[in-house]
Amino acid sequence: MDNRSPAQRMLARFRRDRIAMISSATIIVLALTAITFWILSITNVPFPENPNATDLQSKLQPPSFEHWLGTDNLGRDVLSRILHGSYISLTVGFVAVAVSLCIGVVVGAVSGYFGGWVDNIVMRVVDAIICFPTFFLILSAVALVGPSLLNIVIVIGLVSWTGTARLVRAEFLTLRESQYVKAARSLGQGSFPIIFKHILPNAAAPIFVTAVIGIPEAILTEAGLSYLGFGVQPPQATWGNIIADGKAYILDAWWLIVFPGVAIFISALAFFLAGDALRRAGNSKSETH
Amino acid sequence: MTSFLIRRLLIALVLMFLISLISFFIITLTPGSPYPWGEMNPKISQAVKDNFRKQFHLDEPIWKQYWFNMRDLFNGNLRSIKDGRPVLGRIGEAIPATLALNATSIVISLSFGLLFGVWSARKIGRWQDTLLSVVMFALLALPGFWVSYLAIIGITETFGTPILGTHSFSLEYPDAISKLLDYAWHLALPATILALGGIAVQSRYVRASMLESLREDYIRTARSKGLDEDTVYYKHALRNSLRPLITGIGALLPALLGGSIIIETIFAYPGIGRLGYQAVLERDYPLLVALNFITAALVLLGNLLADVLYAVVDPRVRLE
Repeated sequence: MDNRSPAQRMLARFRRDRIAMISSATIIVLALTAITFWILSITNVPFPENPNATDLQSKLQPPSFEHWLGTDNLGRDVLSRILHGSYISLTVGFVAVAVSLCIGVVVGAVSGYFGGWVDNIVMRVVDAIICFPTFFLILSAVALVGPSLLNIVIVIGLVSWTGTARLVRAEFLTLRESQYVKAARSLGQGSFPIIFKHILPNAAAPIFVTAVIGIPEAILTEAGLSYLGFGVQPPQATWGNIIADGKAYILDAWWLIVFPGVAIFISALAFFLAGDALRRAGNSKSETH
Repeated sequence: MTSFLIRRLLIALVLMFLISLISFFIITLTPGSPYPWGEMNPKISQAVKDNFRKQFHLDEPIWKQYWFNMRDLFNGNLRSIKDGRPVLGRIGEAIPATLALNATSIVISLSFGLLFGVWSARKIGRWQDTLLSVVMFALLALPGFWVSYLAIIGITETFGTPILGTHSFSLEYPDAISKLLDYAWHLALPATILALGGIAVQSRYVRASMLESLREDYIRTARSKGLDEDTVYYKHALRNSLRPLITGIGALLPALLGGSIIIETIFAYPGIGRLGYQAVLERDYPLLVALNFITAALVLLGNLLADVLYAVVDPRVRLE
């Protein structure tokens, strides 16, 4: 008799999955790097080198023992810039997803729980927002408010909650008919505690999966904005703006393009794979989905 | 069928209205100076500012601005702040290039998505399926601008041929075929890079849909009749899992149109995306509103088309 809770069984399945283990290990390394270099940045510790220290004597140098990933057109050390830029990407990923989760969960829960005309109106608005090419909408809004870490996070969050809302609504439509919700209602519990205390915890697993999948999307969006010049502004290094600065030298200095791109790619891939592995682990019916 | 069509059209009209509200208010209510010059520019006198505000109805209450904006957009009088040309004209010039780019991308996404999805479902639970799903997520995780640069470096270094723009510069074409080939060559790379994410998404949908079909009773019947696996897969299961290919057109469009901003900018492709980036750089409010509205409306039309197409193919949908 298996008397573990669904969450424990999900965790057990997740831990048996090799891709899940590799991708979550990568995420942990990324998170530790980001936290470390965030602390080094605010305390101005120049490790491995000051990411903003220019040295025109040694500009555009290929990777060497002195500069492992080479230097850019102002002689700044590319490795230091990538490491010191890491927390920007991860912060955007986590905070933007947190913003979009808050909106998506509340909107989806209200819409799915109450149904009727509330649901009808909310879902039409969601349908309308889904028609917009998200990246263009985000770019327009960020460009007009002015690019900063806070603005980027808020705009990405405000635009990308629709998927979560649809998912939460679908979960609520089924769960609100379940026995325990009927029991709670007949005991005289109000809508608010039923939504947040009884139904929401049971919809947590799929919400968690969309959240994890949302992180790499936000990271890629931020990289794209940075590349177009509407990300977090220089001199702060971000993975996108290192590539943007390097594009003038693409035929002479490949290392300015390749390495920051690899950093974006690996972190986005790790989150995508971890999210997919979570989805598989939460799917108790069979191992093959 | 008629009542289905009428219902869909009514919903589309409501959505169109919501889209116009969203595109206008997101751009207009975003804090920031509406002037194409700096707010504190000492060379701009108050009279010039007042004149500008009057010309673009900025002195009116916001709901009237919305009304003027949409009325002018539809009768073609909405003008760009930057060069004073009607925005519809500028967008119209950019549409053919974008359409060519996105249509090619959709064809690439759907065909490779189908191929990989079916193969993945066929090899379910085996290492090929696992490998393919990792590769598909890798395609999603690739930053488009990065792949573009790597591809540009690779191609110019190895072949030394031009790939930017819609066609090679100052060439005399000996005949129509070589002209066509030149345009196709310039289209192929940006369209493929734009399609990478779409391939991944489509293949996941097709795979899921195949697995669902394979659990149906008629598959068991087909197998018990003694049909070989190929016939069961490609004739019975595949036919019934083509829904993602139709709904995919609607689902892919917003991502493609959004992605074409970066790709068109890098490849100097004169479409909506590059126009949008220029509008962003110039803070051209009317053009931004119009572009957001028109791209979303295009997506809405794509979805409507997919819905109707699907109702034609599958009568069950009309009753939903």
